[in-house]
Order: sequence, then structure tokens, then C-alpha cells
Amino acid sequence: MSLVGDLIIGGLSIGACYALVALAMVIIYKTSEVPNFAQGEMAMISTFVAYTMMESYGLGFWTSGALTLLFALGLGAVLEISFLRPAKNPTILSLIVITLGAEMILYGLAGWRWGAMQLPFAVPFSEYSGISPGGVMITEMNMWTFAVSIVLMAFLFLFFRFTTLGTAMKAVQQNPFAAKAMGIPTRRILTFTWALSSVTGAVAGMLIAPVSTLDPNMMLDPMLKGFAAAVLGGMTSLPGAAIGGYLLGLIENFFGGYVSLEFKSVVAFGVIVVILCVRPSGLFVRHYVKKV
Amino acid sequence: MLSQRKYQSQSGDERPCDLSYLQEWNPRHINCLTISRRKSIIHARHPWTDSADCPAIFQGTYHERLFFEPGVPLAIAGAAMDMKRDYYEDVELFRSKTVLAATILFLGALVAFPFFVGGYTLYVVNLIAIHAIVAIGLNILVGYTGQISLGHAGFFAIGAYSCVLLMVKAGFPFVVALPAAGFISALFGFLLGLPSLRLEGPYLAIATLGFGMAVTQIISHSEFTGGHMGLEAPPLAIGSYVVDTDVGRYAIIILTAILLTIAAINLLKTRVGRAFVAIRDSEIAAEAMGINLSWYKTLSFAVSAFYTGIAGGLMAFALQHVSAGSFNLILSITFLAMVIVGGLGSVMGSILGAALLTYLQIKLQVIQEVPVIGALLMEVSKRYFSPEGLPNIQSIVFGAIMIAIVIFEPLGMNGIYLRMKRYWKSWPF
Repeated sequence: MSLVGDLIIGGLSIGACYALVALAMVIIYKTSEVPNFAQGEMAMISTFVAYTMMESYGLGFWTSGALTLLFALGLGAVLEISFLRPAKNPTILSLIVITLGAEMILYGLAGWRWGAMQLPFAVPFSEYSGISPGGVMITEMNMWTFAVSIVLMAFLFLFFRFTTLGTAMKAVQQNPFAAKAMGIPTRRILTFTWALSSVTGAVAGMLIAPVSTLDPNMMLDPMLKGFAAAVLGGMTSLPGAAIGGYLLGLIENFFGGYVSLEFKSVVAFGVIVVILCVRPSGLFVRHYVKKV
Repeated sequence: MLSQRKYQSQSGDERPCDLSYLQEWNPRHINCLTISRRKSIIHARHPWTDSADCPAIFQGTYHERLFFEPGVPLAIAGAAMDMKRDYYEDVELFRSKTVLAATILFLGALVAFPFFVGGYTLYVVNLIAIHAIVAIGLNILVGYTGQISLGHAGFFAIGAYSCVLLMVKAGFPFVVALPAAGFISALFGFLLGLPSLRLEGPYLAIATLGFGMAVTQIISHSEFTGGHMGLEAPPLAIGSYVVDTDVGRYAIIILTAILLTIAAINLLKTRVGRAFVAIRDSEIAAEAMGINLSWYKTLSFAVSAFYTGIAGGLMAFALQHVSAGSFNLILSITFLAMVIVGGLGSVMGSILGAALLTYLQIKLQVIQEVPVIGALLMEVSKRYFSPEGLPNIQSIVFGAIMIAIVIFEPLGMNGIYLRMKRYWKSWPF
């Protein structure tokens, strides 16, 4: 029983991180139909910035965390303005290539600045102690991960549902021309979308760094899993992405616990391929066929 | 020459067209030209229907400046375009005697090449040739069929490992093992192509990416494939002759690359190649024209995987060693970058892209040794970055090239070449 409990807690904990990355991707995809492969590296750079602020400038964890979110906001906006905006009538392939290019640039910059060394990312919560109801260990880190992810998700859902800006973003996704005609500043909305998504990713990065390590390859795996989770949920559905993230974390952890630890990270993609074969647009989205 | 007389439309069926279609047109069909300072109007017959009854009006926008400056004879403007007069011109392997001559010259240069350069240069050229094979294969899938693959490092790995394993464990000779590796890879390509029938865009990207990751993971954790340590390549023997020099490897790799390039050009000129292009341009229209989508899409995946598998097999011998760690996502992205940089839908572009990026990859690893830039970058590294991380500049340059190409020159190096060619063909004007 205890093993099952541990696996569930671990799965939900890593699943929360996947869900946040997935949400960050979905925010961008929902608004501009760009599959953002640079998401992981954006989060990685932000986490490195937080690390530098703590180590080199001696700022506290919360201060540097807050400043990092500001940095992430700027980073997302800058990337959108400098790379996505100049592309004229981009096809889906050129969009993918642009974000892959951005990924390579950010990855190279991080490698250049911080090297390939694995750095420790210190957080004021313990990874080892916590509460253990019914023999299942829930560490402080797990609790913070759950709390932060749930709060952020709730914020995002409310934001898209009830604010003017959130509604404007949905409008831009559904019909950019009509949105423009209605007086929505579409270009600024897109920039803001990237900024918001970058912040969400940065939060995920700072939650992942303490339990994994801090190096330029840190976000590669979570980014792919987050992408897979987003695809599982359907790429355009925020709740779908969140559920997809948790589901993927659980599946992966249970596979690792019961079948094979070595092939733990492969199973996620196997699941994705199988599910996409059955439901080509993910679990929670109706399949939409483009008209001629 | 063309006289400037007014051509009266008989049916009155005049429709304005985009000038870029002029590439397909032939001055022989152009009946009349009216040029004023503001706009150029050409009455012409469509070369395919060849009917004089449906003249089209071109109102120039961008190309106007290039082709239709007032007073420029149209024949010269026509010569600057790619003309096709009949069906056989479309299927010819060499478009003209000039192309044939250039090809022969290039092949001659390849034969003469090893007599003039050292072993290291040959090694670099080998890598370029191998990457060119991959780029051509990937271009068939991405540039011609319009699918997306971020998993070609997986096919590369499958090719490399099956070639080595077939030789080491099953005792196959090289000349059998290499094509066999290609076919094994093609089989996996076919299998990956099956789910891709229902997927497109980001969904296809993530499915292929997952495939690539899975292949690397499985190979690096399996005893049979040597785990993380990888495998040593066996001695490369053809018959009883053991090839162990750079020149020998060069000969084998270049010969394979040439054969595969010709095969690709040929394939793309057949019904199969045109079916690929039709699928890229519009799946629904292609299906309506009687193209079997499932067959041709999976076939495209299989052909692409075949090329990549063969390249992987050759790579095992060029490096003398295979290890799972090198077949990562970055490699898949690099392959895609070669295709994009070279030019989508162009075999020659793929070769150019592979050459440029492979050369850059090797040079940027040792950028600190480049005279002026190296010292400058070292100084920048010391002040703002870290000196030991300097080789990472390769990623930055690749990323910047990819983005710049997509934004400024979507046709890649092939597009630059086409524009230069056009410019010089009508040069004095």
C-alpha cells in the first residue's frame, strides 16, 4: 500500500511540473498556433537567472524568485517580438523551425554562460522531511509543488474565463482578423501571451530544479514530457493540458515502479503515440478537420 | 521578336495572375506585350492548355522591376525563367547540357579530390557526404511530402547499429549489411508512418520526436547493443579487400552518396515524386486526383528512413564507433536545420545545407583558433560568459541561422542560388 501511495505522490508531484510546462505551451498554442519548442530552454534560462541572483548577488529566495518572474516576462516578450513577429505568412513548419532555433540559441547561451556543470539549486523547503499520513511520505517540496501548481492553474483558468485580457486572447485564437476588427491589439496580445507563458514555464523550472539538477540540459526531458502532456490533453484545452500532465506523471511513475525503471522515460512517448492513433487531437479536444 | 501590338482577347476571359507563375511560362506563348511606365501587361497563352483563347493579364508587383523594365525585350526576361516546353523536359534527369556538363565537372572534381588533400579534409568531406544523404532523405519527407520529422536521429541510430550488428553478430559482408541496414530503417520508417497518417503539425512533430527519443533510450539501455559504451565498428571489408585508409572510406561514402543522390532526383521526377509534391500542396486535392494518401505518405517515411539508415551505416564506419548518446534531439534538429538552410524541396539545396552546417559545426568547435574573431570571443567569454563554454556558440549560430533563413529567405540557399541565377541571366538589363 505504501509503495502505491509513494508512487502516486511522486507521480503527482512530477506531473504537476509537467502540467505547468504543458499549460505554458498550451497558452501559446491556443492563442497563436505556435508549438513552442523553446519553452523548456526559456524556463531553464529563467531558473539560471534565479540561481545567479541567489549565489552571486546574495538575494533571498523569494526576492530572486519574484525578480526571475519579471525576467521571464521580459524574455517571453522579447522572443516573440524578435523572432516570431518578423516571420511573414509562416507555415507550421517554419514556426516549429523558429522555435527550435530559439531553443538552440538559448541552450547555447546558457551553456556559454554557466557551463555544463550541474549546480545545486537551493530552496528553503526540505526534500526529505514532511508529513506522512498513513505511511505515505509527502515532503515539503511536494507540498509546495502541489500548492504552487494548483494556485497557478486556478489563476490561469480564472484569468482566461473572467478577465477582458483573457477573453481577448481567446478571441485572437479563434479569429485574428475579426479580433483585430473588434479593436483588439492582436500583436500586443501575442507578445503578452508569450510573456505569460514564459512566466508559467519559469515557475515550472524553479520547481523542477531543486529535485533534479541545474544544468543546460535540465529542462529537455520535462519540456518533452510537458509537450507530450499538452498533446495528450489536446493542445488547445487548458484543463486538458493540466490533466494530461498529472496523468503522464502517474503513468510514468507507475511504469517505473512496477515494470522497468530504465525505460521509464520512454513509456510516456509510447503512450502518446498510442493515444494519438486513437484520438488524433488528444483526449479532451474534438478532432477538427481543416477545410480546403 | 515580339512586336508591341495589342492582343485582342477572343473570349474576354481575362484574369489577373500572380507574376510568380511566370516561371512556368515560355516566351513562345506570349503573344503581346504592352508596357507602360506604371504597369506591365502581358497577354499570353498557358503553356499546358496551349489555348490562345484564354489570355491572362499579369500585373506586376515585385518581379516587375526585375523582368519588365520598360524596353527590355521579353525574350531575355523569358530566358531568365525556368522554361519547360513539354512533358519530357519535366522528367529528364539533367535539365540541360549545361547542367550535365556541370555535373560531370563536379563528379570529376570529386574523383580528383583525394589526390590533393590530406586525411583530415577527407574525413570532413566524408561527414559532409553522409549528412548530405540524410538531408536528401529528410528533404523528401519534409520538403517534398510536407510532413514533419524530429526523429531522424532515431533512423540514423537504427541504420548505424543494424549495419554494425549485422556484420559483427550475423557475419554479413559490408556490401550486404549496408543496404540491409537501410531496409531495416525503412521498415521502422514505414511503421512510424502509419500513425502519422492521422497526425499533422505539432502532433506529428511530437510523435516523431518521441520515436527518436525512444530509439536512443532503448539502444543505450540494451545489452545487445552495447549499452552506453556503444560498439566498435568492424573492419570495413569489400570482398577480401580491407578498406582502412581515409581514401578508401572516401571512395565508398562518396560513391554511395552519388548513387543515392541520382536515385533521389530520379524518384522525384516519377509518378511517386509528383504524388509526394501533390500531397504537400494539398492533401485533399491529391486524394481527389486519385493519389493513395496512406500508401504515399508511409512510402515517403520509408524512403526517407532508408536514406537516413544508409547514412547511419556509413557514419558508423566514418567514425569507427557508434554510441547511443550521439543520436540525440540536437542531432535531429541539426538534420532539420540542414534541410531548411539548404532549401525545402531541392536536392541540390540539401547538399549545400549539409555542407555548410557540417563545416560550421566542425569549425565552430574550435572557434578560439580563428584569428581575429577567436580572440575577440575569448575576451567576451572571459568578461561576460565562461571560456570553457565557448564551443556552445555553435548552438547559438545554428539557431540564429535557422531563424534568419525562415524569416528572410524561406527557400534557403537554393532560393539564393535561384535569385542569383536569374539576376545574371538577364544581367545587362
